[in-house]
Amino acid sequence: MCKQKISGIIEKYRGKPGAVIHALTEIQHANHWLPRAVMQEVADALGVPFSQVMQIASFYKTFSLTPKGRHEVHVCTGMTCHLRGGARLMEKVAEITGLTPGETDTDAKFSLEAGSCLGSCSIGPELIVDGKHYGRMTPERAADVLKQYE
Amino acid sequence: MPRLQTSAELEALRAKILAGRDPARPSIAVCGGAACDGLDSAAVAAALAAEIKNQGAGAKIDFRVTGCHGFCNKGPNVLVGPDDVCYFEVKPEDASEVITSALKGEVVDRLVYRDPASGEKAVHMSEVPFYKHQMRILTGDIPRIDPTRITDYIAIGGYSALAKALSQMSSDQVLQEVKKANLRGRGGGGFPAGLKWETTKNAPEKTKYVIVNGHEGESAAFMDRAMLTGNPHRVLEGLIIGGYAIGAQQGYIYTRHDSPSMAKHITAALEQARELGLLGKNILGSGFDFDVELHFDVGIFVSGESSALMRSIEGNPPEPRPKYIRTSVSGIWDKPSNLNNVETWANVPEIINRGADWYTSIGSEKSKGTKLVSLSGHVVNSGVVEVPMGTPLRTIVFDIGGGVPEGKAPKAIHFGGAMGGSIPIDLIDAPLDFDGMAKLGAPIGAGGLLLMNEDTDMVEIARYLLDFLVKESCGKCVPCREGMYQMLKILTNIIEGKGRKFDLERLADLTEVTSLGSLCALGKTSSDPLKSMLRYFKSEFEERIAAGSQTT
Repeated sequence: MCKQKISGIIEKYRGKPGAVIHALTEIQHANHWLPRAVMQEVADALGVPFSQVMQIASFYKTFSLTPKGRHEVHVCTGMTCHLRGGARLMEKVAEITGLTPGETDTDAKFSLEAGSCLGSCSIGPELIVDGKHYGRMTPERAADVLKQYE
Repeated sequence: MPRLQTSAELEALRAKILAGRDPARPSIAVCGGAACDGLDSAAVAAALAAEIKNQGAGAKIDFRVTGCHGFCNKGPNVLVGPDDVCYFEVKPEDASEVITSALKGEVVDRLVYRDPASGEKAVHMSEVPFYKHQMRILTGDIPRIDPTRITDYIAIGGYSALAKALSQMSSDQVLQEVKKANLRGRGGGGFPAGLKWETTKNAPEKTKYVIVNGHEGESAAFMDRAMLTGNPHRVLEGLIIGGYAIGAQQGYIYTRHDSPSMAKHITAALEQARELGLLGKNILGSGFDFDVELHFDVGIFVSGESSALMRSIEGNPPEPRPKYIRTSVSGIWDKPSNLNNVETWANVPEIINRGADWYTSIGSEKSKGTKLVSLSGHVVNSGVVEVPMGTPLRTIVFDIGGGVPEGKAPKAIHFGGAMGGSIPIDLIDAPLDFDGMAKLGAPIGAGGLLLMNEDTDMVEIARYLLDFLVKESCGKCVPCREGMYQMLKILTNIIEGKGRKFDLERLADLTEVTSLGSLCALGKTSSDPLKSMLRYFKSEFEERIAAGSQTT
């Protein structure tokens, strides 16, 4: 199913060399990472060199060149969250998941990321799992939140 | 909806929409802004909608989910019309009581604002201290419209400025009005928007572009997102007017990829504007053709820098260019490109509608109009604030923000995120003003105001900000890539008790070289926070270095 979805995205941008970022973003959102073969397909379909696709994919932080876990865990490291104890929250989440930011566990359950400011500063520090925001998060409550995810 | 051919048809549509609406009818507006969403306002909205259905009151009450109301930390926010009763921290369980009271014109007493100190109640928006001291010209409409319905925007007078510009003004007159209003860019520099427009307008190329910078990468800044998500049409209207004044055929909105509701609202706004003929060929019969494309940043701070942003729109990696090539003359695909930030564009319809004289009557001597501020940090009331330029910081921090929580004393005010600066609390009577704040060493930047309490470790904050920028540097130029890294190393050493004599001199040297030698604003201003902290909080650095050398 995912393969079909990826092909659909690539078809949409066929012959449009200016749309590399658009295509990669949509694939990243659908598939959570960019396999090399898919990047080659993007290069061929859009008519750009593979090196250009690779340059963009490796430059922007949103793109992942390695597989991601089923759940993407972000701890906001923006300024307000930092002032309000974001670093302690990150330590705790790292301890619970056994990951440092940027890593994925061997069961491909969680990927941990240090997210930049997402603009919900008024309710920081924030823990975000698969796009769901958990505001006013404390290190103590983090385990309960993460337990809900299989 | 049929395509509008003339300004008169737009007015007729507006009259028709208004004829179908009763301003005295009760209404419920649930905030769906970033913070309220994080507090699960979606569940509250669902409960309220279900309750309206239950009570069979669909015809008696208007219901909408809106953008950010402003008072974020008291969310989920619900505003009940017609007389703007504010409910805070509303839960799904409150739905039946809220609807029943709204229908009867009563107030649910336990959900209204109470002053944390005196216990005094404030029922209506105009009485709540957080809103009372504001002037909400740009944001005031957000609770009144469903951002996904263009009819709501038209009902509150939307696109009348565009109609006026196209039917009654020449492109030069529009430009002159914006110049006369002395609208200054809200993205950070405060450069006069009119002059920038003029440069692009006068550039020899025929193909020209106008761009909304909605990247908002500045940490602790969230007002542009609130504006663009809550009222995308206002920004779009400003952009179309700018396109007309400048002679551009194509506009771009560049924004974050990580706010799904923002992308959805902008996409809907563009589609609906196109359907009504407010975008496309021959807009309102004026002969002016203009369309807009939406582009996304994909997660790197430097792509908010204007030349980098333009590379990104072209589909290339966002590496900045030296500043001597001005993007106003040679931007996207080397064509003249005028870029302004979200808030700047949002000001344009108001200037055209009410005139430059009205606009210049608001604000300080050199900074006109209002300014959006994201108020957060160690502050009781946090959220999106709009005040006239020149408002003393004290009003923002105390009257609106309610001061520091937990009885602590304030220590510093930080403006402008990772490239801004911190000033000590003694300077709290300084007015919010581009030039004044820049002189103090805390330029407004985009407008993220962070209050810090007495426990804040300034050395650690300086290190934290540099750590962020080191990771965000694109690495193209040496002074930025290496200079910041060395500053970070010294600061880390100081914090770890390994500070050395002359560290501060070395830091001063590095800040100077990095500011002078970097290609773009990221490197040039990377050391601004550090400079401001060395200016006002030097003793903290000296103490840390001295304490470190004793233990080793």
